[in-house]
Amino acid sequence: MTPSSAAASPRREIPRTRRGPSAGVRLTGALVLAFLLLFLVLPVARVFFTAFVDGDGGPTLGHFAAFFSQSLMREAFFNSLGVALASALCAALIAVPLACFTVRFRFRGMVLVHTLGVLPLVMPPFVGAVAMQLIYGRSGAVNLLLQRHLGFTLPIMDGLAGVVFVESIHYFPFILMNLTVALRNIDGAMEEAALNLGCKGWRLFWRVVFPLAMPGFVAGASLVFVKVFDDLGTPLVMGQTNLLAPQAYLRITQVGLEDPLGYVISVIMIGFSIAAMALSARTLKGRDYATTQKGGGALPQRRLSPGATLLAQAWVIVVLVVVLSPHIGVLLLSLAQVWSFTPLPDAYTLAHYATVFQDAGGMMKNTLLYCGLAAGLDVLLGLTIAWLMLRSTLPARQWLDWIATASLAVPGIVLAIGFLRLYKGVLLPGTDLLLTGSWVMIMLAYAVRRLPYALRACVAALQQVHASLEEAAQSVGATPLRTVRRVVVPLMAGGLLAGFVTSFTTAAVELSATMLLVSAESAAPMSYGIYLYMQSVAGRGPGAALGVLAIAVVALGTWLSHRVVHGSGRLPAARPPEPALPALPAAATAAGH
Amino acid sequence: MRKVSLQCRDIGMSYGATPVLKGIDLDVVPGEFFALLGPSGSGKSTLLRLIAGFARQQQGRLLVDGVDIGSQPPWQRNIGMVFQSYALWPHLSVWDNVAFGLVERRVARDELRRRVGDALELVGLAAHAQRRPSQLSGGQQQRVALARTIVIKPQLLLLDEPLSNLDKTLRVQMRQELQSLQRRLGITTLFVTHDQEEAMGTADRMAVLDQGVLQQVGTPATLYDEPVNGFVAGFVGTMNLLPAQLTARRADGIELAVAGLGTLVVALPRQSPPPPPPLATGGAVLLSLRPHLLGLLPADAARDPGSVWFDGLVEASEFLGPFTRYRVRVGGHALAVDLPHRAGQGGFAPGSAVALGVDPALSRLLPA
Repeated sequence: MTPSSAAASPRREIPRTRRGPSAGVRLTGALVLAFLLLFLVLPVARVFFTAFVDGDGGPTLGHFAAFFSQSLMREAFFNSLGVALASALCAALIAVPLACFTVRFRFRGMVLVHTLGVLPLVMPPFVGAVAMQLIYGRSGAVNLLLQRHLGFTLPIMDGLAGVVFVESIHYFPFILMNLTVALRNIDGAMEEAALNLGCKGWRLFWRVVFPLAMPGFVAGASLVFVKVFDDLGTPLVMGQTNLLAPQAYLRITQVGLEDPLGYVISVIMIGFSIAAMALSARTLKGRDYATTQKGGGALPQRRLSPGATLLAQAWVIVVLVVVLSPHIGVLLLSLAQVWSFTPLPDAYTLAHYATVFQDAGGMMKNTLLYCGLAAGLDVLLGLTIAWLMLRSTLPARQWLDWIATASLAVPGIVLAIGFLRLYKGVLLPGTDLLLTGSWVMIMLAYAVRRLPYALRACVAALQQVHASLEEAAQSVGATPLRTVRRVVVPLMAGGLLAGFVTSFTTAAVELSATMLLVSAESAAPMSYGIYLYMQSVAGRGPGAALGVLAIAVVALGTWLSHRVVHGSGRLPAARPPEPALPALPAAATAAGH
Repeated sequence: MRKVSLQCRDIGMSYGATPVLKGIDLDVVPGEFFALLGPSGSGKSTLLRLIAGFARQQQGRLLVDGVDIGSQPPWQRNIGMVFQSYALWPHLSVWDNVAFGLVERRVARDELRRRVGDALELVGLAAHAQRRPSQLSGGQQQRVALARTIVIKPQLLLLDEPLSNLDKTLRVQMRQELQSLQRRLGITTLFVTHDQEEAMGTADRMAVLDQGVLQQVGTPATLYDEPVNGFVAGFVGTMNLLPAQLTARRADGIELAVAGLGTLVVALPRQSPPPPPPLATGGAVLLSLRPHLLGLLPADAARDPGSVWFDGLVEASEFLGPFTRYRVRVGGHALAVDLPHRAGQGGFAPGSAVALGVDPALSRLLPA
């Protein structure tokens, strides 16, 4: 048997364990399940329980009635819904033309769209919100210039419209990325068939191309909706508290942990998250959309004429300038001595960075500690769940995946409320510290919230490792655990690293859970530090400096995970499996028959 | 339906510096079922895409009934194409897929309903109209793709490897359905395939393409019996090709020296068209022999004097049902020999000594 046939031939399912899963596998499954129950299911269940139970412990809908009878709450509800919908719409307006344009045409500067277009995601919107006040606000740079030269101003940063503006330019990449992938996957023959039957131009786009890319669009748009609906930091930084997430936060922090309305809001937020995800799942369901088929290529790209190229480039640049303005703003703010009522800062300084390094070193250390531990935990859990799911015969193993993935639907603030409520008064084992007051709680919240990302990365990586490679190792005497360590993990290293980096970087900018769980400034991570600084005018500079550092960390992480996933040849993930395992093919022969 | 003709005049095309089609001249007569046969990369699909308008030739003209369609965009050509991947739109039901082209043509609602219904009826899928393409089997998807194309009454029908995604039994069945449908509609059809059996089984006439050059055009029987070169001979059916040298012209034919076998005399009259050059004495040619036209006898059996016999050794045998194909080693050459099979009749075991008979009258000379 040659090496290649050894890796490719056994398609049959080999019964891996004849008498059901071993005790070790069962124990592992139980441990993972216990973690998920303790830190995801029970806290969320506790939130639901509190929302639906009255003072005497009987079931009630009274809290919901009370919620909707308060005009403030009704207003917050409809504001949240409106802001989320409007943000999704505005994000679509930015992303759809950008995606279509770059997929259909070839021109210099296209690469710019795909690199810079994703940049907004590396900075949480609340960081940019302050900078955007200074650029687009009532007395910001743009309006000052407009007033001076044209005699009018644009109130785009006022009120809820401002929130929509900030959110949509931060979250449009979700639509851009999903839609681009969907468009790229469309078989060129789909379009040619329509041309062949007499369809062209805009009709072609609306009747064939866009419907085929619809799942990608819906996935992106629903993600934007959920993100905006759950966002706590941005409205707070912008002083808009008549939205659901800020209301829940204020209720819990000001009225107290016993106030039922905070729980009602939490249930509503989860409900909308689930609804949005269900919508996107429904769009995908049963439709084997688009993936390029046999004998097909992608949609053809057209070259633009020089004039059109110039127009396209100009348009892309304008869009990118707007989209990147929060980043530019934060950078300027971090370097500005004074920036008030002027289009640009009056003078520049590095003092804010000095301040940050002096005062906020602890916060940076905290971020590294919490996020590093959380991401490590995520990869461990993700790898375990992926292995149980794909390689073991553990009963109901799919449930582990479903439960872990369900945490996507749980907003950070809801999880934090659940933690606070469920573990009220519980001491950290072996100490007399309150669990809810310790940083462990923050770390666990990060781990639970980012687990789906790491899990998906692990599942994808494990799916690429053919089961026969493992069987070969076992046939030459490796136990399942040793096989995982010596064969599976080395082959998956790239994917695991990508999962770690994704979890780490996204946890580093998590604010909503952090805000509720931070009990002392000494335990605060960077994200909370930025928020604290941004509260005062004097703190803006250092806040922005800290923001720049956070962006740098996240950007570095994102770049790194891209490099790992898309392979640079030197990293393990990119190596083909056979050369990496010179001893195995021979072993496969022995295992074969 | 009005039947149209198609003419390709000196079509040339290249992707960058790589030529894909070179000087293609082709005439397809009205109502004909015409097959384009060639290995992958021979340019046959490219030619089809040129005709559909998805690519532009750099040279030459495309005429449909004498009208140059070269400058028309695909959506104006009214040339129906069935794609290899079927390219059914997954977001539309079977009905909407089929109705698509009629909607583009602003066909009135009643007529649209009637025509879509008829087309689905024709391919036997009326009951599946509301399904999604993904809910259909491969053969059914193929039929939807066909219905979607013929419902617009195209002037030409182009089929791009339409059967390659089906399994063997279904392929044979669909092939027959395609052929009878084409006969009924009388629509001029161009059919691209790399499967010679498929092409020969369906086409009125066919063309063999290799490396962007049209090798030969004719009926399947012509191409099979009278291939003009080694490529066509080997691609259409199986052919033994023996390099030989022309040693002399004689009154009764041409005398050849075949390395390891000795001298053979090939009769000239059977060569219609006349044997190509170089026919100067000493020139190299290919002697071609169909496996089923060779004789095979036990070494000690009586030999028919009409053939030239050589001593050989059976190296291998493949039992294929209607016949057994033997590989026989003769004078340094391995020749394929097909012997019809009858139940109860033993064959030659590998290792048997045999006599291999060549009837020079049934062989052909091809340019080397």
